[in-house]
Amino acid sequence: MSAIAVTRFGLGARPGELADVAADPAGWLRGQIRPAEGADQPQAAPETAMTRLQAFREYRADVAAARREGDTADRDPVQIAARMLREGTAVDFLARARLAATTPAGFRERWTLFWANHFTVSAVKLITATVVGPFEQEAIRPHVFGRFEDLLVASTAHPAMLLYLDQAQSVGPGSPAGQFLKRRPRPALRGGINENLAREILELHTVGVDGGYSQGDVTEFARALTGWSVGGLREAPAQQGAFLFRANAHEPGARTIMGKTYRPGGLDQTGAVLKDLAVHPATARHVCTKIARHFVADDPPPSLVARLEAAWTASGGHLTRVAEALISAPEAWEPAPRKFKTPYEFLISSWRAIGGQPAAIEHLAPPLRAMGQQAFSPPSPKGWSEEAMTWAAPDAIIKRMGWSEGFSAVVAADLDPNAIAAGALGARLGEPVRKAVARAESRQEALSILLMSPEFQRR
Amino acid sequence: MTRFTPSRRALLAAAGGLGLSVGFIGRAAFADEAVGRRKLITIVARGGMDGLSVSPPVGDPDYAGLRGRIAIPAEAALKLDGTFALHPALAGVHALALKGQARIAPAIASPDRARSHFEAQDVLESGGAVVYGTASGFLNRALRAAGGRTIEALSVGATAPLILRGPVQTASWSPGAVGEGSPRLPGILADLYAGDPLLAPALASGLETEAMAATATVSQTGMGGGMAAPGQGGVAGFVRQGQATARTLGKTVAGFMTQPDGPQIVAISVDGWDTHANQGAAEGQLATRLLYLDALISGLNDGLGDSWEDTVVVVATEFGRTARINGTGGTDHGTGSTALLLGGALKPGGIIGDWPTLRSEALFENRDTRPTLDMRGLFKGVLADHLGIDRAALDSVVFPGSADVRAVAGVV
Repeated sequence: MSAIAVTRFGLGARPGELADVAADPAGWLRGQIRPAEGADQPQAAPETAMTRLQAFREYRADVAAARREGDTADRDPVQIAARMLREGTAVDFLARARLAATTPAGFRERWTLFWANHFTVSAVKLITATVVGPFEQEAIRPHVFGRFEDLLVASTAHPAMLLYLDQAQSVGPGSPAGQFLKRRPRPALRGGINENLAREILELHTVGVDGGYSQGDVTEFARALTGWSVGGLREAPAQQGAFLFRANAHEPGARTIMGKTYRPGGLDQTGAVLKDLAVHPATARHVCTKIARHFVADDPPPSLVARLEAAWTASGGHLTRVAEALISAPEAWEPAPRKFKTPYEFLISSWRAIGGQPAAIEHLAPPLRAMGQQAFSPPSPKGWSEEAMTWAAPDAIIKRMGWSEGFSAVVAADLDPNAIAAGALGARLGEPVRKAVARAESRQEALSILLMSPEFQRR
Repeated sequence: MTRFTPSRRALLAAAGGLGLSVGFIGRAAFADEAVGRRKLITIVARGGMDGLSVSPPVGDPDYAGLRGRIAIPAEAALKLDGTFALHPALAGVHALALKGQARIAPAIASPDRARSHFEAQDVLESGGAVVYGTASGFLNRALRAAGGRTIEALSVGATAPLILRGPVQTASWSPGAVGEGSPRLPGILADLYAGDPLLAPALASGLETEAMAATATVSQTGMGGGMAAPGQGGVAGFVRQGQATARTLGKTVAGFMTQPDGPQIVAISVDGWDTHANQGAAEGQLATRLLYLDALISGLNDGLGDSWEDTVVVVATEFGRTARINGTGGTDHGTGSTALLLGGALKPGGIIGDWPTLRSEALFENRDTRPTLDMRGLFKGVLADHLGIDRAALDSVVFPGSADVRAVAGVV
């Protein structure tokens, strides 16, 4: 039980952790739920999304100025951008990995990473490249044990999401701003609706692709969302880089979405839509299936999904209740591990196994990239895959093996591999692997075998 | 402790930055020797590639009005016929078209109509009629249908694309070497993985392909150094570097294919086509992706050498984009798009399929290019005529329940 609690629900065992948990594994998990405080914050005094976005916009203004002045030698925009990306993002990602490697509350962090992936903002887009870390700190972490509705609103209203999914410039054609823009001589400046965020909220964040919405619902929702924007350089300093509702860009009128009509009301109208989506039965089904898939199996038992759904529905989407239902579900404690670790989970659990933590971004970013999970950069709004088939391609196994050997070469000298194996896997350590570790010809080889063992690669 | 060869290292950095990934399926035991020489390369453009920019119908009277400032100007476009042209970034493709070695299918779509990237990619790659209709990729099943005995599969790129997943274990490789660790470790792990359905075949296949990969890259030496130094010349330098990288990747893939036991079928993915905002026209975001695509194709063409005559390349995407420009200088998820067919094995000819026009009454749901051709029909034609795959198998196994979808004839 303790090995399952720490490796499947958590992020892997640190030396001695299994023994501490053994008395009451389920109680250890429940004790990590913090309805009021939410998740841990990787950085005590982080840079905010607002600061980062302001810096990014100033940089863009600089680029424009440099172009006008024909002065690219001193201020090469590519180099400035590369430096911004490197520094800010690297600090955020390293802090997050160090929290994961050292936290005594591994379940709380895994639960948090699930939600960050559910509401993906990716660094693949230049404008959001520096704000993925702040987005997690500001929009996700405070709400992970609160109501789903609060998490949905916080993520939707966060500047990072509004920019990532192209919402910030969406203008209702019937709004005062839309009417004004329509008269502009240059079509480039006339503006209009962008339906990207509306579609992904429906498809990915709430009811799911089979949730019963049509193209018409997407378009109506996109109209309702017009006006949700981010303060730019023309706004007052306090609004720059922050959420801004532009009432004059909001499409006037009532909206009908999934059969329900929402009366005109600006910000309140969209709030009402989000509230309804949050408690829609299809949302409970879609999100609970994803939770079960993340924690238990790529193809999760329907009975487990039903339990989570019941807890969700009874509590109106209170995530503390859903987490408790997961911990209480017998399906989640099946001995056979059915989840293959993602590259991030594999690296973090390796550091935890030896009681270490990554010291520099160079120890993290290159291997993650090689294994297919580049830092903060899921390829699409769907987030990272939950499927073993995605991560267990032959090349990825070879890359994991190469990384394990390199890692072991650096850290294994002073370690007792037999103790590490027992401490990392406890009752999950099988006899063949235990023997292979014990018989290895060097500490390095022994640790590599452990990290690459079928039981360590899974959870 | 880890040893890299420079060219492979460069490829790793580069392929990651471009969002490129490549998969291979090895040669099946085709009875016919001529068929055994033939090569098929599929390039899946992920994110919804805008057909109306790839092959702009500049002669269609409604095109310029619908597209506004993102319309490709007729004078900049590379003319194909009275209606169609190619995007100016596709100069290499256009040169092939003039030789009868590139054609367009300008109104093609998979059977999916949900406009979800993930659902539409699944339908495209699985070959099913509906989403989740089948869990494996149609290229993988096509090899079985060819009576393949020893099928070796290799995917280059850290994750395996659905199009070649399936009952046949596919190998994979991405640039960046294993390093020289303990020579014992692979053997020990192979023992520990015995009976593990996920890890045992993956490890075995990964180890086997390392040797092949090394040979392929060594045979292409001299190209890995072709990348421009980063940072030189700002954004334009980045684009040039991307083009050089894409061309190198194309040549390297070609190097795999021209080895004696090299793969006969290759699947490449290219990301970055979801142009909701500021997609640009003759220049801009989409133009940059098209420059990379053009360079990749030209690298394949150069690297294949004489084998280009035995090759068909298909560039396909999960859906097209809205016919009208949206409010943010981009386009939203649509339906019909363009597929590109290239290669020396192609029969010359005009557009593939019918052009529905962009008249408002012709648009699908009053917003998208109306598809007139089923993607499965195009692949059926190529698989049957180029690789000799049995037609009954195409209707039932490769594309389940698709007897009513006619194979496109006269392409190969």
